[in-house]
Amino acid sequence: MGLVDAQPAAGRPLMQVSDLGVTFQTSRGSVRAVSGVSFEVRESEVFALVGESGCGKSTTALAVMRLVPPPGRIDSGQVVFDGVPLLDLDEDAMARVRGKQISMIFQNPLVALNPVYRSAAQIEEALLLDQIPRDRAWKLAVGVMGDVKIPDAPERALSYPHELSGGMRQRVMTGMMISRSPRLLIADEPTTALDVTIQAQVLELLMDIRRRTKMSIMIITHDFGIVAETADRIAVMYAGGIVEQGGVLEVFEQSGHPYTRLLMRALPRLTKEEGRLETIAGHVPNLVELPSGCTFHPRCPLKRDACLIERPTVREVSPGHFVTCHYPEV
Amino acid sequence: MLNYALRRMAFGLLVVFAVTIVLFSVMQLMPGDPIRLVADPSRIPAWRIEELRRSLGLDKPAYIQYFYWLNRLLHGDFGHSIVSGQSVSSLIAARLPYTLLLALGSLVLHYVIAVPLGLFAALRANSRIDRTIVLVVTVLRTLPGFWLGILMMILFAIKLKIFPISGYQGPLSAVLPVLTLTLPALGGTVRLTRSEVLETIREPFVLTAYAKGLPGRTVRVRHILRNALIPVTVMFFLSLPWIVGGSVIIENVFAWPGMGRLLWKAITNQDLPIVQGIIVIIAVLTVISNTIGDIISGVLDPRIRIELEEVGG
Amino acid sequence: MKLPAQLRPVLRNPQFVAGVILLLVVLFSALGADMIAPKSFEEMDIPSSLAPPSRQYPLGTDHYGRCIFSRVVYGSRIALRVGLIVVTIETVIGVSLGLLAGYYGGRVDRVISFVTDLTWALPPIVLALAIVTALGPSLNNVVIAIALVSWAGYSRLIRSKAQSLKNMPYVEAARALGESDFSIMFRYILPNTYGLIIVLATLSVPAAILSTTALSFLGLGSQPPAPDWGVILNEGIAYMHSAPWISIFPGLALVCTALGFNLLGEGLRDLLDPRMKV
Repeated sequence: MGLVDAQPAAGRPLMQVSDLGVTFQTSRGSVRAVSGVSFEVRESEVFALVGESGCGKSTTALAVMRLVPPPGRIDSGQVVFDGVPLLDLDEDAMARVRGKQISMIFQNPLVALNPVYRSAAQIEEALLLDQIPRDRAWKLAVGVMGDVKIPDAPERALSYPHELSGGMRQRVMTGMMISRSPRLLIADEPTTALDVTIQAQVLELLMDIRRRTKMSIMIITHDFGIVAETADRIAVMYAGGIVEQGGVLEVFEQSGHPYTRLLMRALPRLTKEEGRLETIAGHVPNLVELPSGCTFHPRCPLKRDACLIERPTVREVSPGHFVTCHYPEV
Repeated sequence: MLNYALRRMAFGLLVVFAVTIVLFSVMQLMPGDPIRLVADPSRIPAWRIEELRRSLGLDKPAYIQYFYWLNRLLHGDFGHSIVSGQSVSSLIAARLPYTLLLALGSLVLHYVIAVPLGLFAALRANSRIDRTIVLVVTVLRTLPGFWLGILMMILFAIKLKIFPISGYQGPLSAVLPVLTLTLPALGGTVRLTRSEVLETIREPFVLTAYAKGLPGRTVRVRHILRNALIPVTVMFFLSLPWIVGGSVIIENVFAWPGMGRLLWKAITNQDLPIVQGIIVIIAVLTVISNTIGDIISGVLDPRIRIELEEVGG
Repeated sequence: MKLPAQLRPVLRNPQFVAGVILLLVVLFSALGADMIAPKSFEEMDIPSSLAPPSRQYPLGTDHYGRCIFSRVVYGSRIALRVGLIVVTIETVIGVSLGLLAGYYGGRVDRVISFVTDLTWALPPIVLALAIVTALGPSLNNVVIAIALVSWAGYSRLIRSKAQSLKNMPYVEAARALGESDFSIMFRYILPNTYGLIIVLATLSVPAAILSTTALSFLGLGSQPPAPDWGVILNEGIAYMHSAPWISIFPGLALVCTALGFNLLGEGLRDLLDPRMKV
């Protein structure tokens, strides 16, 4: 359901994130990796979180899972999933949410599977959490491997991760994460570590899962091509905050934030040009000392005096389309 | 897996074989005639010495002598002590259990102390207690065993009179030597456990384990500990020879009736057959425990197993 | 005094500073033994034999009435000299073999690696005992024996370093310019391993001193009346009941020396490359 056959995504909200903040305490000061992030993911939609590396999009996803590694800490906001405030749960209750309600596939399948267990055993381990008898769990795990289009699943089930290709490993991980039928699947740069040809297959697999299961998918990427192919709605992140969000059509065709427009201009046309996001002048700011006012002003071609002093507020430029800029272009 | 295990064992045999060659050559290069060590030539007629020489195979070229020697070794015949005339294999057999008691006791004590300490330090990394543990084991590591043994004797045997001072007078006698062998060696294992756990905690697959919904205890046991303890377990087997090596010295501090004491006496008496016999036995022990360590690492970590099978073809 | 910027974090590391101070004390007593020690290391005073520490004999006396303090101070000369010589020999052997194995690879590598594995086939101290048996007991022979059994660690680390360095662009360039293998190994690869070698050598000194002292303690190294710490400890055992100070102080000196080198080595490693696997 990408740009081409876009329908209005009318699902009701499944997860609402409000004013989320994450801080890392380091020896060189505290780093505000995520601040004031609010968005929602609706039922059966594909929601894309887009930005350059280091903008806080992966940290946002980890915060939703409550898996921010130390020294990081969630220090503000709330994540409400299907009416349950996740940040108020104790650790055991949160563990029951993971995998069953929300699960997450990680960027690098080469290191995201435990090297000492056979691939199906790692899926089985997830299934066993649902009180399934051991002998059935193994069969189910092999079945899941078939579901994620792993050829010769019964044979590959016995393989160790290092005996599988990167694409296969990503399928094993995807299988593991959808095996308990969660309602939201977070996919953090699911294709970045893979070869180009494999990338398309993995995306196709995700879209297939979504068609079959009506699972919501939150995809995290720096690649607008992937967004265009898959997403219903999109949020663009910059320096730990969301600068623009809305339906894919609105954001693509009537981008309100200068950063979004620059990002899209940097999109490789039909993958012929090499330069991607590097073509935006300037650098991602140092999160220890964020610029004053609007965090994007040092790189903004349209900055004016107010941008240096005041933080911009969120404006709804059209229904469901939000822009955080003093001078949104609509 | 079987293939891998066989390869490691074959390599172990090759190493033992090479050790015997080296040992034999070193002893050949020694100045002096072995006959002169057994008998005083001024009192024995020359024809008798020739006869002795022939009967011992000493008139043959060195490589033939080596095979005679190796053949006898393989049949458990380590020769006879030059000093007492007793059979070397029975001398060693009488002493070996005492040495193994020290070595295995120390090995077990070592891991019972070091692994939990390392784990504890890792889970509280950079806290005051972590730094204290690391500092204490670093200082322990520099303690020479023979000096630590003396201090233990002064403190626990002479001043406090808790344990027997030396020799073997029942199992209590083992306490001080075992402690002496164990304490200085703790550092390596504590540090290894600590750094492996710290490294594993940061592995992405740990995040995956949490993300699929495993409770924290399960992640810590099945994913963090299971992986972090691979090198620690292998080290357990690899360290046996080092402990035996250490006990060679410690046994002499405590007058412990083990192989190390026997070896030292044999060296001071230039009793070569005993020296050779003990060194061959230690080499065999070393190779056995190294091979077990190799095989265990293959069992615990499929990556190692596959890698070595493929390299070997 | 203005210090180079890189040195500052190290000087803020209390362990490193402690190591340097310990070593300075040992070095000072070794160099200045003649001035520091109140007596010569072999001067006997039978009437005051086995005397406890006093003003006249700060660390007490042994069974011949020799001043333990003086013997320990003179002993630091032996310890430092032995540590230095052993480490020099093992560095030369280990680094050369490691360079050859890493640079040439193939059959050379296999042979050298097998020899390296062989030295692992026996606990070093046992192998050293075998060599001493063959050569006969003396400090020189012990030094040779210990050096011969402890180079394997160097050769393994230098080998892997050389393997990674031999494909560096500047090495390839040197080869293209027709430099000989020897010159590439020693003029292009070796200098890049100096950091590793320095750390390794510093951290090996304690082991070298401890092993040689252990063999002297067994009576196979230095012979009496040498003020070797191992010899003093050996003589002290018989008087453990009545004169424990004979046994305590030489060991303490040994520990301080070993600790000093360990702390210095670890400080150097953190300074040069904290991720160095030594």
